[in-house]
Amino acid sequence: MSYIALSEKDKKEMLKAIGVSSPKKLFDCIPGDIKLNRDLKIPTAMSEPEVMGYFNECAQKNKNSEYISFQGAGAYRHYIPAAVDYLSSRGEFASPYTPYQAEVSQGTLQSIFEFQTLICQLTGMDIANASLYDGASGAAEAVLMAMRINRKSKVLVPKTLHPHYRQVINTYTRNLGISVREIGYDETGRIDTTELEKNLDNNTSAVVCQTPNFFGVIEDLDKISAYAHENKALSIAVLAEASSLGLLKAPGEMGVDIATGEAQSFGIPLSFGGPYLGFMACSKEFVRQFPGRISGETNDIDGNRGFVLTLSTREQHIRRERATSNICTNQALCALRATIFLEILGEQGLREWARQNIQKANYAYDLFKDIRGVKAFFSGEIYNEFVIKTGKKWKEVESEFMRKNIIPGISLERFYPELEHCGLVCVTEVSRKKDIDRFAEILKGILAG
Amino acid sequence: MIRERLIFEISDKGKNGFRFPKLDVPENKSLNDRIPMRDSIKDFPQVSEVEVVRHFTRLSQTNYCVDKGIYPLGSCTMKYNPKINERIAQIENFITSHPFADPEMSQGNLEVLKTLEDVLREVTGMDAFTFQPAAGAQGELVGMMLIRACMEERGDPRKFVLIPDSAHGTNPSSAHICGYKVKEIKSNDSGTIDLDDLSNNMDKDVAAIMITNPNTLGVFENQIKEASEIVHSKGGLVYMDGANMNALMGICRPGDMGVDAIHLNLHKTFSTPHGGGGPGAGPVGVKKILEPYLPVPRVKNKDDQYFIDEDCPKSIGRVHSFYGNFLVAVKALAYILSLGPEGLREVSETAVLNSNYIRKSLEKEYHLKYKTPTLHECVFSDKYQKQYGVSNIDIAKRLIDLGVHPPTMSFPLIVHGALMTEPTETESKADLDSFIEAMKQIAEEAREDSGILKSAPHNSYVRRLDETAAARNPKLRWEP
Amino acid sequence: MYPENFRYTKDHEWVKIEGDTASVGITDFAQSQLGDVVFVELPEIGEELKSHQTLGVVESVKAVSDIYSPISGEVTEVNEGLNDVPEILNQDPHSKGWIIKLKIKDKSELDELMSASEYEKYLEGLKDEE
Repeated sequence: MSYIALSEKDKKEMLKAIGVSSPKKLFDCIPGDIKLNRDLKIPTAMSEPEVMGYFNECAQKNKNSEYISFQGAGAYRHYIPAAVDYLSSRGEFASPYTPYQAEVSQGTLQSIFEFQTLICQLTGMDIANASLYDGASGAAEAVLMAMRINRKSKVLVPKTLHPHYRQVINTYTRNLGISVREIGYDETGRIDTTELEKNLDNNTSAVVCQTPNFFGVIEDLDKISAYAHENKALSIAVLAEASSLGLLKAPGEMGVDIATGEAQSFGIPLSFGGPYLGFMACSKEFVRQFPGRISGETNDIDGNRGFVLTLSTREQHIRRERATSNICTNQALCALRATIFLEILGEQGLREWARQNIQKANYAYDLFKDIRGVKAFFSGEIYNEFVIKTGKKWKEVESEFMRKNIIPGISLERFYPELEHCGLVCVTEVSRKKDIDRFAEILKGILAG
Repeated sequence: MIRERLIFEISDKGKNGFRFPKLDVPENKSLNDRIPMRDSIKDFPQVSEVEVVRHFTRLSQTNYCVDKGIYPLGSCTMKYNPKINERIAQIENFITSHPFADPEMSQGNLEVLKTLEDVLREVTGMDAFTFQPAAGAQGELVGMMLIRACMEERGDPRKFVLIPDSAHGTNPSSAHICGYKVKEIKSNDSGTIDLDDLSNNMDKDVAAIMITNPNTLGVFENQIKEASEIVHSKGGLVYMDGANMNALMGICRPGDMGVDAIHLNLHKTFSTPHGGGGPGAGPVGVKKILEPYLPVPRVKNKDDQYFIDEDCPKSIGRVHSFYGNFLVAVKALAYILSLGPEGLREVSETAVLNSNYIRKSLEKEYHLKYKTPTLHECVFSDKYQKQYGVSNIDIAKRLIDLGVHPPTMSFPLIVHGALMTEPTETESKADLDSFIEAMKQIAEEAREDSGILKSAPHNSYVRRLDETAAARNPKLRWEP
Repeated sequence: MYPENFRYTKDHEWVKIEGDTASVGITDFAQSQLGDVVFVELPEIGEELKSHQTLGVVESVKAVSDIYSPISGEVTEVNEGLNDVPEILNQDPHSKGWIIKLKIKDKSELDELMSASEYEKYLEGLKDEE
């Protein structure tokens, strides 16, 4: 395939205008000993039907469509309304650049402004940015932001925060002289508040808390925020399952200073992990330390309302070494999908959606825990994920399920060696009652044998 | 002109129509008592689907975009986004695959990542790639982290990173977040790195140099091998910002120039859509010396079997929740496979041809600070127009009236009043000529009627917006 | 245009001496280069500054600039008004737009700074370089 739009005649005229005999002469500025002087050893060009065929074959090697899955852990299977794909695939949204020339980018800028407002409404916070790469980088950026605000260098991070998010925080903070202290969990599956209190002191910059946490358990953010503030530390809430905002009490109503997380649930398909959609919101007093792009409202010279990227001097392309963060891009098209998704669902849709998640998951939880040999491992209240433990190794349980074309969840032992034989099961609104019932039957069968 | 309101302004109770199926499990009413729930989501929009569709359709029509016309933003490579890549990225088995699926279940996905790594290695001359960075800036950060990790293992991370004065602002910012201080290297009269200044500044306290090639002026750093030598001789490493790779494909390779690490922008060089500001991808390629430090997990293969390797003890760790922006990688691979070796070379040759055509056509009307030959982009300035009181901003705003997106403004910093222009290879001659004609018209208007430039744009959906007010009194969300 | 009784730095700060106290600000040239000021980062009262040390930051819509202290001293006052109305820096940089007041540590440091006529000559030189 070629996407060049020049005819032979065009090229001749252009070369004549430039004053060179061939395009190769334009590379004379490159020293001969650097030039490649051979063809690239990559596959020969494919036509459009061939490249489509190659990828169809490639995709067939994935087996996911053959299974019903109960996997969650930071990536959630939800329904996506048709209008989301339809509108976000418009070339006017997909093909422009970052909206630096505001006069010709109002579509993008106004959509971002609506996204920011929706995130504020959902989280109950004052201001939100135009999005970040994903939940993990959001968590890392929130930690860096807390450090910039209070200049303290210790942060408390729970083991109940998604293991990958914790790893990303470590990667980001390693070179900055920041000490990250992990806090354990108790039998409810929540942060161990005794251990938290013991480790909180005047050097603590922030306390991070994920809710619902990696085990699916809902944390008591009110209490965590109170502990943090008593020690003049900031309270950072991380949400990996944004749909929970449709029903559960908002972080902003629970003393949280920075709310961040993953909004993949808002209309973004699983996509083998990316592109996803990080979001961040905070109290307005922290605006100068807030990372990421922000769209702001203003007027033009005729007095008409318009939107511009604003507070740009926080950003690194201007601040350079003094930048508040490294973020240059957002995930605009993903944020647009989320905006359309939220506006299509509306308040009623959002509540009903979250309600079905919590109801179906609790139905499954109650059903499974009554099976002989199954323990609902944590006693804390859950949203749409929970941990079960059986007498068998999870790998064995999983193999049996796979034979019946079900993926029962995610093994926890790889992240928490102390959680032998435990699995994390996720139930969303797309899980049907008959699938949940079948899960229970199969599990019963495996453990009876 | 009808102004599109905010969705909150057309919202009203009872209008939202989206329905879920009825709950098929028995309802557990006790949950409301056990779990703290919110009352309502204050002022959350309630609108019908038809209103949402019209809202976004009309909003989209106020955007300029590549699908509409030439978008000559220097350093951004706004090339055409092939539509077949969109269709491929929507294949069911790609979009519904869960990142925690076992490798045996995801052989297709892993094949995509490994194949893309292999072709990019050949295109760049590097030894290994990671696809976790979600954007160019994040790729840069990863590149610097790799260098630091390597230096630390040698016993001394060192203190400084050298960066040319023409560099993009993300470069010093990435260095800083890695714990390095920045020292600026001057550009000489040709606009390339001053080797003497580099020699004077390169010592055992410097960990690396961050270069862009071609640099932000569009000029090829023809002494890059010598520069790399100077840095390597004192034990430093060479990082390349690969944003301008569109000029080099099939022509020469960073790996052959002494580069130890490079980031690429899949949304620039490799045609994936910019999306109005993402999602992109910033994969990082390295030479063997830095491979042990790459983010974990790595995708590897043994014959036709692909697997995940998490046993990388020297890795800098993870930088993304999962594998990076996988669907963006799918589109980039589709692009490379569609073009093949000749196609990629033709891309770079035509990108350079198109840019030089524009440069030649406008060099009388617009000042070029550096007379050095340029490749895929060049930087004009507003110097000739300044005498009439016209700045690069005025030129940009008038271009909007003439139906063209302006070039990149006010960057690089070493050119005052810069207009960085990069047409890319996918522009037709007619589109190039329309840009050239528009710029010539503006140059004439500057001489004859500068008022029309200072008050531009006149015909756009909104006119000049008050950015000062937006920054002094930030209004960052809708309030009732 | 540049007050005779001020002293000036190469980074476009001015300092005005009143007994043992000095007022510090940025020059008219600096504010015109920056454009519309949107935010000023001020130091803490009591902070000890060395000559050439960064005392704060000025942000305009499109640029950011460090402000360097012309002389050494202890910060005794900061212009809080700049928090609410940063545009004073553009409107009246040499008077109402003062940024900090310092208790002077070493009067001899003033000798290294430029007089008004020297500063004006310096600006002419910069214009030629353009």
